[in-house]
Amino acid sequence: MGSLTGFRRFARMGLGGALLLLATGVVGDSAVTEGSKAAGLETCVAPTAEIRRNHMDYLKHDRDATVRKGIRDTRFSLAECVQCHAEKDSAGAYKPVNAEGQFCESCHSYVAVNLTCFQCHSKTPGSAGDKAAMRDDKRNGRQALGLLQSIDPLTLRRDELARLHATIEGN
Amino acid sequence: MSHNNDQPDLRRRDFIGKTVLAAGAASIAPGVMLTVANAGSDAGVSSKVRWGMLIDANKCADGCSACVAACNQENGIDLIERPAGQSDAMWDAQRPQWIHKVKLKDNLTGEITNLPMMCQHCEHPPCVDVCPTGASFKRADGLVMVDRHTCIGCRYCMMACPYKARSFIHQDVAAQRTGTPRGKGCVESCNLCVQRLDAGDQTTACQDACNREGYQAILFGDLKNPDSEIARALKAHNSRQIRADLELNTGVRYSNI
Repeated sequence: MGSLTGFRRFARMGLGGALLLLATGVVGDSAVTEGSKAAGLETCVAPTAEIRRNHMDYLKHDRDATVRKGIRDTRFSLAECVQCHAEKDSAGAYKPVNAEGQFCESCHSYVAVNLTCFQCHSKTPGSAGDKAAMRDDKRNGRQALGLLQSIDPLTLRRDELARLHATIEGN
Repeated sequence: MSHNNDQPDLRRRDFIGKTVLAAGAASIAPGVMLTVANAGSDAGVSSKVRWGMLIDANKCADGCSACVAACNQENGIDLIERPAGQSDAMWDAQRPQWIHKVKLKDNLTGEITNLPMMCQHCEHPPCVDVCPTGASFKRADGLVMVDRHTCIGCRYCMMACPYKARSFIHQDVAAQRTGTPRGKGCVESCNLCVQRLDAGDQTTACQDACNREGYQAILFGDLKNPDSEIARALKAHNSRQIRADLELNTGVRYSNI
């Protein structure tokens, strides 16, 4: 029994080390669906491991803030999960995130956890005809930049971004 | 003191796990800082505002249902498909309707009055009183809403509402709009286009549609702001609450009825 525990511990350390290597080195295998907006981003709204472990609690917390208090700029939002993780098919239409093999479904089916969000919530990002979604986009575009109102942060290199932040703080 | 059991030392494992995670997070973090800045405010809507509506029944045209169509489009009601084999009568009785046209006839004079009817956004909503789970609630800015996460579909609120403003979703819904989630087994009603209000707009879909048709029967705004158009109109002209005898202090008022 003791040797097994020791082995397990060794395995965990090894895994931790491997994770560190992954984090510091090249981006490794990812669960993110190719062709989704998320595939082009470096990380989710929090470190991937944290999101994997805690996304359900985060979403549950922020949904109450949104529904009850009308706070729409929460850090975690299901609509933004869908916005970022939906993949387009060859015709350019979004695939539902809970369809087989798609981002939400693939993991939930692997761990055998029911995915009930999409019984009520939209499975695809708002279409062009969806005025509410367009407004959300517009608003998020404004909000996501924080202090950098006029610049799309994704177009900046990291050192450029650091310089901008330094300027703003120094002011 | 040593324990003779085969349970692992969870605290130690937790510590190791956290340390490794922290190291990993720290090495990813530079790319994350940007999105952390997006974390929201926690103030929420304020009770300094109370959203309300003034509807001029004289301007509401017979035969026009632009407000209903606009509401259906804005809130994804038009995406709901009729279940196979359902009769016309059942479909008309059960499909959700957040706003509907009502036609009144005075039997003595024959005078006909048209008006749109929807959730009246009461200050003292009976639907909230009877809800056993707290799903039916009044937001700080006066909107009466359903939190579908906690709604169990008992429909007490539908019974309690004097205005028949609420609908129940009887079947699975295949498609929704992002701003209006909807699923089988929950009650719903007009929320004064809350997704628009939260995005900073100050109009509702029905009001926009009515103005587009040129009738301008619907006036929407902040009842608590004395300078708002609706507050000035309420002050200047005679208006009524429907079933004022119930003393619910409705947020939707009518003139010329």
